[in-house]
Amino acid sequence: MATHYDAIIIGGGHNGLVCAAYLAKEGRKVLVLERRYVLGGAAVTEELYPGFHYSVCSYVVSLLRPHIIRDLGLPKHGLQILPLECSFTPHLDGPGLCRWPSADKTRREISRYSKRDAEVYPRFGKAMGRMARAVKPIIDMVPPDPTSLNPFELMKFRTLGDVIRKLDDEELPRFVKMMTMSSADFLDEWFESDILKAPMAVSGIIGTFQGVRSPGTAYVLLHHYMGEIDGAFRAWGFSKGGTGGISLSIARAAQAFGAEILTEASVAEITVSGGRATGVALTDGREFTAKNVISSCDPKLTFLDMCGEKHFDDDFLGHIKRYRYRGSSGKVNLALDRLPQFTCRPGDGLHIRGDIAIAPSIDYLETAYDEAKYGQFSRRPYINVVIPSLTDPSVAPPGKHVMSCFVQYAPYDLREGPADWENQREAFGDTVVATLEEYMPGLTDSILHRQVLTPWDLEKDFGLSEGNIFQGELSLEQLFFLRPAPGWARYRTPVKGLWMCGSATHPGGGIMGAPGALAAERMLKERAL
Amino acid sequence: MPRPTPFHDRLQALCTSYAWKHWSGYYAVCHFHESPEREYNAIRQAAGLLDVTPLFKYDVVGPDAGRFLSYVCSKSVARLKRGRVTYLCWCDDDGNILDDGTCWRLGKESYRVTAAEPSLYWFEEHAEGFDVAITDITDTVAGLALQGPTSRDILRQVCDIDVDALKFFGVKKTTFKGGFKGHVTRTGYTGDLGYELWVRNKHALALWDLLMSEGKAFGIYPIGLDALDICRVESGFVLAGVDYTSAHGALTPAEKSTPFELNLGQTVQLDRGPFIGQRALKAEAERGSEYAFVGLDIDWVATEKVFAEYDLPPSLPAAAWRSLRPVYRGTRQVGRAYSGTWSPILKKNIALATVRADVASPGTVLDIEITAEYERRRVPAVVSALPFFDPPRKRA
Ligand SMILES: Cc1cc2nc3c(=O)[nH]c(=O)nc-3n(C[C@H](O)[C@H](O)[C@H](O)COP(=O)(O)OP(=O)(O)OC[C@H]3O[C@@H](n4cnc5c(N)ncnc54)[C@H](O)[C@@H]3O)c2cc1C
Repeated sequence: MATHYDAIIIGGGHNGLVCAAYLAKEGRKVLVLERRYVLGGAAVTEELYPGFHYSVCSYVVSLLRPHIIRDLGLPKHGLQILPLECSFTPHLDGPGLCRWPSADKTRREISRYSKRDAEVYPRFGKAMGRMARAVKPIIDMVPPDPTSLNPFELMKFRTLGDVIRKLDDEELPRFVKMMTMSSADFLDEWFESDILKAPMAVSGIIGTFQGVRSPGTAYVLLHHYMGEIDGAFRAWGFSKGGTGGISLSIARAAQAFGAEILTEASVAEITVSGGRATGVALTDGREFTAKNVISSCDPKLTFLDMCGEKHFDDDFLGHIKRYRYRGSSGKVNLALDRLPQFTCRPGDGLHIRGDIAIAPSIDYLETAYDEAKYGQFSRRPYINVVIPSLTDPSVAPPGKHVMSCFVQYAPYDLREGPADWENQREAFGDTVVATLEEYMPGLTDSILHRQVLTPWDLEKDFGLSEGNIFQGELSLEQLFFLRPAPGWARYRTPVKGLWMCGSATHPGGGIMGAPGALAAERMLKERAL
Repeated sequence: MPRPTPFHDRLQALCTSYAWKHWSGYYAVCHFHESPEREYNAIRQAAGLLDVTPLFKYDVVGPDAGRFLSYVCSKSVARLKRGRVTYLCWCDDDGNILDDGTCWRLGKESYRVTAAEPSLYWFEEHAEGFDVAITDITDTVAGLALQGPTSRDILRQVCDIDVDALKFFGVKKTTFKGGFKGHVTRTGYTGDLGYELWVRNKHALALWDLLMSEGKAFGIYPIGLDALDICRVESGFVLAGVDYTSAHGALTPAEKSTPFELNLGQTVQLDRGPFIGQRALKAEAERGSEYAFVGLDIDWVATEKVFAEYDLPPSLPAAAWRSLRPVYRGTRQVGRAYSGTWSPILKKNIALATVRADVASPGTVLDIEITAEYERRRVPAVVSALPFFDPPRKRA
């Protein structure tokens, strides 16, 4: 195997793979190095109990960019996205709430709680959909450089202006509100029933260490509506074979274009000489050289661990050190002997074939946050449950099921320090199962195997610093031309030939592929390779 | 008044959408819930169960049964082995297609034919001089299509045949769990791994219940015709009455088509004893066909752009469409699309079309008419080879 490449990509998560595929497609000689035995990073499927395939970390696809699917021919390489049927919020007393693709059915469900909300709901959806459409160009563009005097750069801000200009008199103030308000307050302006607001408000706090009443959380609600702007592409759902299926389809595309991919290849150091990245050294002593090194890892790993502080000035280091991770989520994956039954809606109907939110009220969510603020995991957490085996039987043996539970809050910084997660992991898992057991009596007895991932595990096993699921909080001050640091949002870094392409760059986390694609676009445009 | 099939009681209980249509005089479900999406995915990811009773079915029996079928059909069935099924069509004297269907060989002198349109009269009219008896069993034999990647696992649970030994386009007599008899054919209209199960009407409900209970662990789901339609477009299967008009029903010569024009050339065997339409089809084979049946891959980016002009996201019907849409090459109209769909599995907007033979080679860029905000527009569509979707499991 030749050891000199046009580009070495550190990390075989979906963004690293997307970047590799685009570069290889343009004929560049590319090598991807993944630390783990399996590709996918946080978009990974693993068979941790015989016959049961867990989507270990991420579990639904939201925003995988349609042009990436097309450009890389992903369906040909096995990508299949299956729809989520609905959003179900079970209750301990009463029937709970299910939001369906059918507007009439949803209206009827909501009107059990509020006739007014039932009618406002579609109007809200329309308003959000329009705003999401207006904002969409931003997620597909390389962020402009606000410090540049280059007129072309400044022209790009016009795109932003266009976005704002597209909004009408009613929408503009709404947009401004979204950027500043808390998701709970924003929803209060529209709705009155708690059972509706709670599951909607949570999309504002996923992956952040903030509560539904924390200011600035409202705009993330938009992301929830982004999936719909792509029309029939509707890249919102389960991936066939678990989320790892997405990463593997991208890997196959990259390989078909000629990229080389190595697993169990952990980068210890990015070699820098004369202010230029020249290659990488692996923990096992292997070395590879390249014209460019592209890291899909977060800034801490990339700059502080792999490069070393000496290559950066204080200003940059300051930004990198202040960049916030503050992981707040965990994951519990269960192998089930049989399908669980909800007390509030028994049966194996369509209501459990979508996403299920344990989010009975705004207060419940805020209380969960309160506990986490002081270094404890929530005693009654927000849990987002999916049972993909109902839609994709290939992930579990016949009649058996996998249940994926995304849990918040599980603060990285426990009162006793993050390392104490080693002692609290199983208690955390027990809390999650006990919470679910209240809604699904008998669940505990049906568990064949359980995997508990705390932020500590996400850091150790998945290379996500402080366990942040998005490689850094998706809060406004860490987005767009500020991600990961002001002046360095364009995939370049202060070290020549060293680039970034992961979720820590614009437009951020989630299975989007956009950072990887935009980084490749930028490098090709700058003739970096 | 259409009538219920023997499965009706079960279908009715499940069909919360009340979306029914008429299929050859029977009630058939379009989709069980609001949209066919879940049913479509059941076919592609697990298993879908579809009532196909309304298909016309004929038993053709007698010393001359094989000779007779070879005479009326485009293909000889003389070499069709016992336990095998073949796909074929039949034409009029001018080589224009009347119908397409399957022919199973059940015994030395015994065949069964399925058809989309009533064909008894046509068969009987041409049976003169052959020692053959043709029986219409449409109303006495019920059928269920069990289609999708887990269909084989389900079949294993419900009958006594060696399921792995049943190859693509095989047929086998079986006793189902519960003791009733019937046939299993490894056929279907979804382009996926799949089977069709046939029993006498009185066993229909037992078969349905058996499949639904044994299939549960394998994700079985009842499906309607809308989901089927998406699958059959992906698989490039023509549909009589939609993609072509039977010569019997055509009002003008232009409405008729030949098997070659429908991409059914593989069902025509020219060099053999006489058969109906032979001379015309031979002449066409020599001369070359005027039209070809192709797939169209409708440019999504261009579609998005057209809709963006109206400040709209691209919108497509939730189900497959069936309406004539003109196809152009430059300013010249070169054909028409009959049906199309958004393919969820390929993430492509696809259509089936008849176009002039000179623009039919894969890769040719044509234009197709679309409607955006009530206005007629054109977007590019690339000619694609059929089928669009062809998973190895279909034959494996
Ligand atoms: C628990 C959890 C749930 C989530 N749920 C969802 C969801 O439902 N939907 C959604 O859209 N998003 C979700 N996300 C977010 C989403 O999964 C991530 O944003 C996305 O997968 C990140 O992709 P990436 O390629 O940028 O980075 P990563 O996937 O983090 O890839 C980085 C890769 O680098 C590798 N690496 C690290 N160090 C080294 C080294 N030294 N040498 C070589 N390789 C190294 C890692 O092993 C990893 O494979 C979730 C994330 C988590 C953790």
